[in-house]
Amino acid sequence: MTFGPAFWEVVSLSLQVAVVATLGALPFALALAWVLARRSFWGHSLLNGLVHLPLVLPPVVTGYLLLLLFGRQGPVGALLFDWFGITLAFRWTGAALAAAVMAFPLMVRAIRLGIEAVDRGTEQAAATLGASPTRVFGTITLPLIAPSVLAGAVLGFAKALGEFGATITFVAAIPGQTQTIPSAIYALLQVPGQEGDVVALVVVSIVLAMGALLLSEWLARRMAQRVAA
Amino acid sequence: MLEVDIRAQLGALHLNVRFQVPSGVTVLFGASGAGKTSVVNAIAGLLRPDAGRIALGGRVLFDGATQVLPHRRKVGYVFQDARLFPHMTVEQNLAYGGRHRFDDLVELLGLRGLLARRPAGLSGGEKQRVALARALMSAPDVLLLDEPLAALDGPRKAEVLPYLQALARSAGVPVVYVTHAMAEVIQLADRIVIMDAGSVAMQGLLEAVLADPASARFFAKRDGGAILPCTVARHDAGVTVLASAAGEVLLPGTLGTIGGPMRLSVPAQDVILSKVPLEGQSALNMLEAKITEIGPLPNGNLAVSLMAGAAPLWAEVTPMSVAKLGLAPGQVVHAVFKATAVGPV
Repeated sequence: MTFGPAFWEVVSLSLQVAVVATLGALPFALALAWVLARRSFWGHSLLNGLVHLPLVLPPVVTGYLLLLLFGRQGPVGALLFDWFGITLAFRWTGAALAAAVMAFPLMVRAIRLGIEAVDRGTEQAAATLGASPTRVFGTITLPLIAPSVLAGAVLGFAKALGEFGATITFVAAIPGQTQTIPSAIYALLQVPGQEGDVVALVVVSIVLAMGALLLSEWLARRMAQRVAA
Repeated sequence: MLEVDIRAQLGALHLNVRFQVPSGVTVLFGASGAGKTSVVNAIAGLLRPDAGRIALGGRVLFDGATQVLPHRRKVGYVFQDARLFPHMTVEQNLAYGGRHRFDDLVELLGLRGLLARRPAGLSGGEKQRVALARALMSAPDVLLLDEPLAALDGPRKAEVLPYLQALARSAGVPVVYVTHAMAEVIQLADRIVIMDAGSVAMQGLLEAVLADPASARFFAKRDGGAILPCTVARHDAGVTVLASAAGEVLLPGTLGTIGGPMRLSVPAQDVILSKVPLEGQSALNMLEAKITEIGPLPNGNLAVSLMAGAAPLWAEVTPMSVAKLGLAPGQVVHAVFKATAVGPV
């Protein structure tokens, strides 16, 4: 397998799942982070708890809940299939959903911290200059929290890349369909004599994670320079 | 014309304020915690009062039922801490709310060389100048300044104040200026609204309010006293001769331009009263004045209100001196003082 088509299939599928999960979850994470940071309402703590649930629940439980909700017979899964013909369970899209759900709390946390650090006074100044709330968000808030959004995205991407428990419960580990790097490593470890493949996948994991971190550091530094210079 | 009539409960402070700002500069004066910033925030729409009414040039901004959002109010707000946008250049900051009088204001405030810079690289004085220009470029219907000099040190204050003077007048819109610094009051105010614990204690034209000894308790110990509007008449042997409604007043140094306006502060503690014209003393000024009223001050001394020519002044005198001289309303005395504090208008 080492560096053969099956190997690259696992790597590219993992990347695909992690990228889709991160980009798909990002707008929702941004919206929720904003709501949690800026709005007070009845059920605020409940919503906060709900968002963080995947962080503290055993991943297998999260995966099972996803199966109940998004399985072909599940309330959401049935609707998605009837209306759009979409099946999530045991597909790569399901793997992306599982990864997104697991990465979500990390993204929300990072972005929320960023929003809370923005000086409300700066936004008020923009409003007195005639900027509507939408324009204030787009021209003041978003540029100022960009480093936090980036940090959240990288954290989410790393989490999505490494997601195992919820993914294997929700979509199993079907080669070429839902078998990502962690589940491939796990499968390879079940059979003696494939340590070479395992090491190759481990190295790829490390390279991807480090690459993402370095890229985000570099981008964050550039953004910080724009603000400080 | 800005009309403010609001009530709000803000923690322990009960805000109950009513005043009008016609044109020119109205200073909101008062100790920290008197509620000045809350009033300005209510005008800007950043704080919603519990009840009342705010109208700007006939346009209702707040009346209990309606609360116009800040971005639709057309208020220019200069905050104490400048609040520039850190991720934008000075030019982008300036143009954020519009480019009204852009080149004009850039020249007036000396910002030409700063346009490409970012706020992080500016000094405190430069930041406030940018904030002032930014507020004016949005072509506001009222200009609100919340202690714009408070965060600056002495030299920086002196750097920004002349700009404020020039612009507050040329803005052509009502200006509300919050401060608790007497020097800024004398240099900028046409009218003053003195706030105390959430309410308006005194208000009116600056000269009228400061001529009332009751205003003294709101100022620092040495700051209480009337101000005298003057015109620079001539310069003579290192002395500036000013014409005022009280007569000619002399000031050491060559100050102002001939024919230009100047405001003199006459601290009540610095005024000496004499029943006979004093000779052989070094103070430059001696005005003949009629005592109009003698009243108590909170510190136990007496306030002797005077009418010098057509200008009201007052002196702080000990009860012992009043008794010794037998001062009483209607008497003519000589007020001797050394004029120092000056504010050109």
